[in-house]
Amino acid sequence: MNSLPFENRIWDPAETIKPEERQIIQLELLKKVVERVYNTVPFYKTSFDNLKVKPEDINSLDDLRKLPFTVKENLRQNYPLGLVAVPKDGLARIHGSSGTTGKPVLVAYTHKDLETWANLCARFLVAGGLRKEHFVQISFGYGLFTGGFGLHYGVEKVGATIIPAASGNTARQILLIQDLKPDVLICTPSYALNIAEQAKQTGIEPKDLSLKYGHFGGEMWTEDMRKEIEEQLGIKAFNNYGLSEVIGPGVSGECYLQNGMHIQEDHFILECLNPSTLEPVKEGEYGELVFTSLTKEAFPIIRYRTRDLAYIDDSPCPCGRTTKRMSRVKGRSDDMLIIRGVNVFPSQIEEAILQVSGIAPHYLIEVTRPGVLDEIFVKVEIQPGYISDKMSEMQSLRDRVLRKINEITGLHVNVELLPPNTLERSTGKACRVIDHRKIS
Amino acid sequence: MKIQQISMFLENKPGRISEPCKILAANNINILTLSLADTQQFGILRLIIQDWQKAKEVLEREGFIVNITEVVATEVEDKPGGLAKILEIIEKEGLNIEYMYAFTFRSGDKAVIVFRFDQPDLAIKALQSKGINVLDSVQLYDKANQ
Repeated sequence: MNSLPFENRIWDPAETIKPEERQIIQLELLKKVVERVYNTVPFYKTSFDNLKVKPEDINSLDDLRKLPFTVKENLRQNYPLGLVAVPKDGLARIHGSSGTTGKPVLVAYTHKDLETWANLCARFLVAGGLRKEHFVQISFGYGLFTGGFGLHYGVEKVGATIIPAASGNTARQILLIQDLKPDVLICTPSYALNIAEQAKQTGIEPKDLSLKYGHFGGEMWTEDMRKEIEEQLGIKAFNNYGLSEVIGPGVSGECYLQNGMHIQEDHFILECLNPSTLEPVKEGEYGELVFTSLTKEAFPIIRYRTRDLAYIDDSPCPCGRTTKRMSRVKGRSDDMLIIRGVNVFPSQIEEAILQVSGIAPHYLIEVTRPGVLDEIFVKVEIQPGYISDKMSEMQSLRDRVLRKINEITGLHVNVELLPPNTLERSTGKACRVIDHRKIS
Repeated sequence: MKIQQISMFLENKPGRISEPCKILAANNINILTLSLADTQQFGILRLIIQDWQKAKEVLEREGFIVNITEVVATEVEDKPGGLAKILEIIEKEGLNIEYMYAFTFRSGDKAVIVFRFDQPDLAIKALQSKGINVLDSVQLYDKANQ
């Protein structure tokens, strides 16, 4: 294992100011941004007018709740740059979300926005061990996707050396790691595992590589996956969060304690709301993250519903940063199933089946409502070595799946065992849920 | 003394059981007997086939997962009390029967009971010591082909 000489360095003094002081700054900035979007972006004027709310109605941070929400569909309807709040000649960069179908959702940055963004990335990079003298391999895609360029300028800001490997060509990634001996790897968590796996296949022990730290984001991952990455690559793996609609990576990120992601509250106000009632949840309870940007010039955003579900931790962090922290994202509110009034996420079912030996990591959830009650069927595949000619063994395997799902979700589900390779494999986004309920 | 049994795990859906049967037919493989254990969602198909190696090979080539287990085949009088006598021996020995099924040959007055034991060797010993005819595969298929 590499030794981790952690000095708790803080990049930006703004990270440690008193929360009360930060709130004063937040309110000032909120008033300004609300006034600006109202006067420069027709979409916001219309949506404010629809709720009969005016910029002058915002006199406290709680007044934020008077404002209308913004959803992804609004961004699509205003394609390509309908929500931009500055004249075209003030823009410096366009990015976009990786929409799986149709047109991408585009966002824009001014030079000052790019400066802000780089600074926010620098905050979590430094919090997670990045130093000027480090070599950093960035294996995120460079393009419309915010991951590559966002982290690139963050690393540059800190003054470290960048290897812009971009994504793909894993053999070359490994070659670069072997020859340039970077200290830090930046990519999606699943790609980090992919690199480790491929290294092993070619006879290279990933633990012996030079990497010491990893900053991972861009997709949902679990604490188990973190352990796996840390063990396999012999690194300390940090989580960071962001989305292009808000700014990209840098919205929040972990410090060396790996205990929740510090939210950059001097640039964004985060609300955590019950996705059904849109009322704030209690602290520590899971809710949908809703962001309002405070400092962005080109693409300010008001109460953006991310659909990401996480919880907020308000307790002080021993690292000295005074910002609230958010948990890792555990699911998306649009993936959430409500079964007999209980919220269930496909990710919970996945977690359960991964813990039962003999079951392959493929599943399909089908929901029906034959009478008045919801029924949930979870179809799973048996792994070849676990098939038996004995009914008792097959039933006990099924019962183990059933009990594990019950343990994690609290639900009694029906589990169907399937022979290996029965469920359709998808190359893109896997379809894991079929809801047959007709609910109008 | 043990007989090789082929088993497969099938989804309980129309057409699922005919797929392996069609594959065996296309390869000119005869099924001596079979048993199907099923639940609402899945079934376990168990087959007794003389050329089980070839059956396994052709089924696996078509993507089936095939298990081979050893079962015990005993010959009994095809008349009232024939089975009860065998079961009594097994019971007295404290042996557990995982499952069983029976069939008769085309000729003769004997039936064959196929047993799946956790401890087949103990069971064979116990049965033989009480004069029960336990068939090995040569005897079984000889009788079947008469």
